[in-house]
Amino acid sequence: MIWLFRYANPHNFMRLSNVLLPITAVATALCLGVGLYLGFTAPPDYQQGRTVLIMFIHVPAVTVAELAYGAIVVCSLLSIVWRHPLSDIAGRAAAPLGAMFTVLGMITGALWGRPMWGTFWAWDPRLTSFLLLLFLYIGYMALWNAIEDEVRAARAAAMLALVGAVNIPIIKFSVEWWSSLHQGESIVSGKLAPVFLAPLLIMMLGYALLFASLWMLRIRTVILERRARTLMQRSAA
Amino acid sequence: MNFDLGPYGMYIWPSYAISAAGLIGITLWTVIGWYKAKAALAKLEQK
Repeated sequence: MIWLFRYANPHNFMRLSNVLLPITAVATALCLGVGLYLGFTAPPDYQQGRTVLIMFIHVPAVTVAELAYGAIVVCSLLSIVWRHPLSDIAGRAAAPLGAMFTVLGMITGALWGRPMWGTFWAWDPRLTSFLLLLFLYIGYMALWNAIEDEVRAARAAAMLALVGAVNIPIIKFSVEWWSSLHQGESIVSGKLAPVFLAPLLIMMLGYALLFASLWMLRIRTVILERRARTLMQRSAA
Repeated sequence: MNFDLGPYGMYIWPSYAISAAGLIGITLWTVIGWYKAKAALAKLEQK
């Protein structure tokens, strides 16, 4: 825990992220390039045909959307319990990125659902709980923007994020708890053929690294914006 | 690489195009935001 607090100091974070960012950016490009190559060279699935290609962009998007929300929950907890200086900034910085991955997950899911299920959308437990995730992101960002006092805004947004955390296991287990159109888990259970599993895992890593890179850059941006605001307030005083 | 997607191409290509647009868009937005914030801070520090 101590290392977390050491690097969560804005000054230390700026130094660390300055070193990490080029590495994660190059790793992102490599993973996405290799993942796409392996995906487009994989044979058609015996049931889904070539639509299996959508899996290589849909599953990484939804996974990162959930991971990003998990990151916001952890930041919110750190913010509320330890009043951590960087946690509010980090939570706020992750929200628009997570929302974008959620939207991409929903669109690619709809475009996969049409040929497989015969419909773009159904009020299915998995789809509905994932839509709720998008609303949670929108609500979180709206709270940050609606309240002028940053301390109060951070507190309100963190509370919403913590309450919304209950939705993450619902998304994950909805296909087991209720009757669902959506297919069940197939990575950990080993149901996915290695020829599809390899590009999928590489694409998931690529999406996660892209999120990490953008998140670091967003946090750096918010730190600079805060410094600029402090300077403006000082010069006005 | 096999780009012959058959009748499902009408769903697969838009999925990839929208994903690419979304990811490139959010990357550009983030990078532009960073450079704007950096420039704004530098301007204030010069004053």
